Amino acid sequence: MRRLRFYTMKNVTTEHIEKEVKASGSTKSVGWKTFLMILVMIVMGPLGNVLLGKGMKQIGAVPIWPLSELLHEGVKVFTSASIWLGISSLIAFFIAYMLVLSWADYSFVQPASSLAYGVVALLGYTMLGEKVSPLRWMGIAIICLGVFVVSRTGLRTAQQETEG
Amino acid sequence: MRDLILFTTIVAAGTGGELCVSRAMKNVGEALSFHPAEIIRVVLRALRQPWMWVGVGMMALAFFALLGALSTYNVSFVVPVTALSYVAGALGGLVFLHERVTFWRWIGVLLVAIGVTLVFLGKS
Repeated sequence: MRRLRFYTMKNVTTEHIEKEVKASGSTKSVGWKTFLMILVMIVMGPLGNVLLGKGMKQIGAVPIWPLSELLHEGVKVFTSASIWLGISSLIAFFIAYMLVLSWADYSFVQPASSLAYGVVALLGYTMLGEKVSPLRWMGIAIICLGVFVVSRTGLRTAQQETEG
Repeated sequence: MRDLILFTTIVAAGTGGELCVSRAMKNVGEALSFHPAEIIRVVLRALRQPWMWVGVGMMALAFFALLGALSTYNVSFVVPVTALSYVAGALGGLVFLHERVTFWRWIGVLLVAIGVTLVFLGKS
C-alpha cells in the first residue's frame, strides 16, 4: 500500500520532488535511513536520561504537592547545566524519532529502540557509577533478543497486509 | 503515593503522547530526503497538525514527571520501570492507530517485557 503510494508520487509530483526521491536512493534507502535514525535514538536518548539523572541528583527530591512548592522547587531544574545538556540530547533523540515515525510503524520503532535500555545501563554504570547486578544484565540480553525478533518482522507492518 | 503518581504519569502521558505524535506524522507523510529544506518542510507541516500539539503537551508532562522520579531514584531503576509503556504501546498501536501487530512481533514485545522485568527485579 505504502509502496504503491510512493510510486504514484514519483509520477505525479513536481520535478523537484522527483530529484529528491532519486537523491535519496528510492525505496532502498529506507533500510539504512531507519537504522541510522535508530542508532541516533539509542545513543542520544539514554545519554539524555543519564544527564537528567545527574542533574536531578544534584538538585535533590522535588515535592509534587502543594503546587506552590512544586513550582518553587521546579524552577531549580532550569539552572542546572546537566539538565540543559540532557534536554539537548533528548531533542536530538526526538528529531530522529519523528523522522523515523514518518516512514516506519510505531509498534516497530518502539521495540527497536529498546536497545536504549542496554545503553542506559552502560552509561549509568560508566558515567554515574551505578551498580548493575548480573540479573539486570541478563534482563538486558533478553531485551536485545526481543529486539532481534521484532526486527525480523519487516520494516513496515502495512506491507504485511498483502502477505496475509 | 508520590512515586505511583510520577510513574503512572511517565508511562500513561508518555505513551499517549507518542501515539499522538505518531498519528500526526502519518498525516505529514514520509520525509523524502535529509536535505535541510526537506526537513524544515516536514517540521513545519508537523507543527500544523493538532495531534502533534496534543502529543507534545503529553510528552512534556511525562518529561517533568520523569525529572521528579529521577530526583529520588537511579537512572537504571527509573528507565526500566518506564518500559511498562511497551505493553501500553503495543495495545495503543493496535487500538488507536489500527496497526497490525503480528504474532512474532508480539513474541518480541513479550521478550522485551520479560527482560525489562528481570532488569527491574535485579536491584542491587
